[in-house]
Amino acid sequence: MTTTIQNNNSYRRLFATFFKIGAFTFGGGWAMISIIEREIVDKYHWIEKDDFLDLLAIAQSLPGILAVNIATAIGDKLRGGRGSVIAALGTILPSFLIILAIAIFLTPDMIKNNHIISSIFMGIRPAVVALIIAPVITSAKAAKIGWKTVWIPFVVALMISIDLGFVSNPIVYIVLGGLGGFLFWWLPSRRLKKK
Amino acid sequence: MGIYLKLIWAYIKIGIFGFGGGYAMLSLVEKSVVGPGWITETMFTDIVAISQMTPGPIGINSATYIGYVAPGSVNPAFASPLWGLLGSVLATLAVTVPSFLLVLYSAHFIRRHNESGVIKAIFSGLRPVVVGLIASAAIMLMNSANFNPYNIDWQLWVNIAICAISFCLAYFPIRIGKKKIRLHPILIIVAAGITGFLIYG
Repeated sequence: MTTTIQNNNSYRRLFATFFKIGAFTFGGGWAMISIIEREIVDKYHWIEKDDFLDLLAIAQSLPGILAVNIATAIGDKLRGGRGSVIAALGTILPSFLIILAIAIFLTPDMIKNNHIISSIFMGIRPAVVALIIAPVITSAKAAKIGWKTVWIPFVVALMISIDLGFVSNPIVYIVLGGLGGFLFWWLPSRRLKKK
Repeated sequence: MGIYLKLIWAYIKIGIFGFGGGYAMLSLVEKSVVGPGWITETMFTDIVAISQMTPGPIGINSATYIGYVAPGSVNPAFASPLWGLLGSVLATLAVTVPSFLLVLYSAHFIRRHNESGVIKAIFSGLRPVVVGLIASAAIMLMNSANFNPYNIDWQLWVNIAICAISFCLAYFPIRIGKKKIRLHPILIIVAAGITGFLIYG
């Protein structure tokens, strides 16, 4: 893989770029990815589109926060270990500082006891639930769920929400899902290849 | 000091098993922080709302806020900004450092297995689970604390209406001229907040 790295990617510029992306992208995840691509590939030409897609594939395959993963991968490609720390910190710091300020001034007691604030949040809470129902449907469509897998989301949602200790631990289903994918998609595809 | 270790351990687990993005992480976060009583269910919902309205990924926002609040709510001796700051730094690092290290040290491994198709296979199994994870977060938040905190019938119906209308606004694109636009979550939250103020304020 060849990369045309231009020499305008100093540590400071790297940090400033990711700080800006972290500070002005509402909604994390894919909203952030498209802006990172625009800044890093289209605007500064620090890496080429093919390399960006390669790094994105890695960032997506790993757990954790997608925006931090891709920032780490880009920082590492451009400037090695130190670059990855700088890029990741730049992405994290804006939301950390903003939330810290909110946590200091908007305490749980204030939300509970201030009449105006508590009435505002009483209206907001049902809307938040709606904002989580919407991605259930969009992710179900994107997952291309067929007859063989349609039961999985129902069982997972039911088991987790009945709140019964170990069987309601989301980690159990994440591990089972990955394991199931390996057993039912990977092994059969290998057997086919051998034939 | 036990709370800080528990906080770090909880967020390391969230960082390691957080597949499928912010919404899919929510049920894991909810179990880890509401279960032990670090924050209340309504507080958790409020944190999701605050995360939606501020920049940055929901995983970081929730770690920073809960890290700040949890020590003080478990032990009043930690209820000061400095102890809160320590908690938010530790929780934020705990949720990001595992995947940071994975990106640095497993890129080669991932690249090799991407070609062989094994990662694609694993995600074929994970994807339906992620749908269930998001659904479980939504189901767990459909509780009386969020919809009917004072046990008053008309308030329950108002809140169900706010939820239904917000869903339609979030899910169905609005047509303006020839363009189809989906309302940004921030606008929906602001509108719901104004509605709450007008009705309950």
